[in-house]
Amino acid sequence: MPDINNIKIGDTLPERQHTASNVSLFVYNAAVWNPHRIHYDERYTTEVEGHPGVVIDGPLQGDWLTQVVTRWLGEKDELIEFEYSNRRASMLGETLTAGGTISAIDGNEVTLDLWIKNERDEVTTPGRAVARLSP
Amino acid sequence: MTSLLTDEIRSWIGRTAEPLRFEVARRDIVKYAIATEQTDERYLRGDLAPPMFLFGADRPLVPITELGPDGLRPENLLPELPLKRVMAGGIRQRYHRRVRPGDVLIITRGISNIFEKAGSSGPLIFVEYTITVTTEDGTPVMDETQTRINR
Repeated sequence: MPDINNIKIGDTLPERQHTASNVSLFVYNAAVWNPHRIHYDERYTTEVEGHPGVVIDGPLQGDWLTQVVTRWLGEKDELIEFEYSNRRASMLGETLTAGGTISAIDGNEVTLDLWIKNERDEVTTPGRAVARLSP
Repeated sequence: MTSLLTDEIRSWIGRTAEPLRFEVARRDIVKYAIATEQTDERYLRGDLAPPMFLFGADRPLVPITELGPDGLRPENLLPELPLKRVMAGGIRQRYHRRVRPGDVLIITRGISNIFEKAGSSGPLIFVEYTITVTTEDGTPVMDETQTRINR
């Protein structure tokens, strides 16, 4: 749990790896009711939509970025703003790493730069969050 | 570059869909929490919804016979676009209040912008939606801007 008096710009948040599977993508797309075939039908995805493989949902990666923050925050701290941008598609079979650093501190509000990187160390999904820490 | 965006397409900017009423169920929160590999017990028990729990909640549910060959539901708030393949772009959210089971939310979605860009593998059309979530009495819950890319 972050202590507002004991954090500084440049501090890193714990990283976490995610390796999606056919089952995890099915469960996620069922939960958000997304029937887009690029997330479960490999032949359709490669032959019709031209992706190299089944696509890991962009919003799922967005969620993993929120968790970099929420896993770091205490129960009384609040995530107040969050944004991300899917810059590069990621495919089933890739292991993605989510992480972040503190980029600004203004009173009890902390801004975080977030990222998801693929195995080639490319940032696929950059993000940003603002959290309000409890005193 | 000749614009892919006709006056008809641009005329959709500013249009808003019929607001949706969304009842938050504990079981749906638990499903979402499992699917996204949450570790916070409050989410896994369904006491509290994770920040992105409402993703997709702004879209109407339609019968399977209405889903397209790509599996997607027809977009009721979008003109016919010359580029057909759809990808998620990104999201910007501002949270005003946490979401809990039993909440009844009103979700309003409108098109705030449509623009084009040259991508590395061809032209791209960006459609920007603004989504507003409130409680039934109008208390703000979340504001979101969502970008969808057609390629």
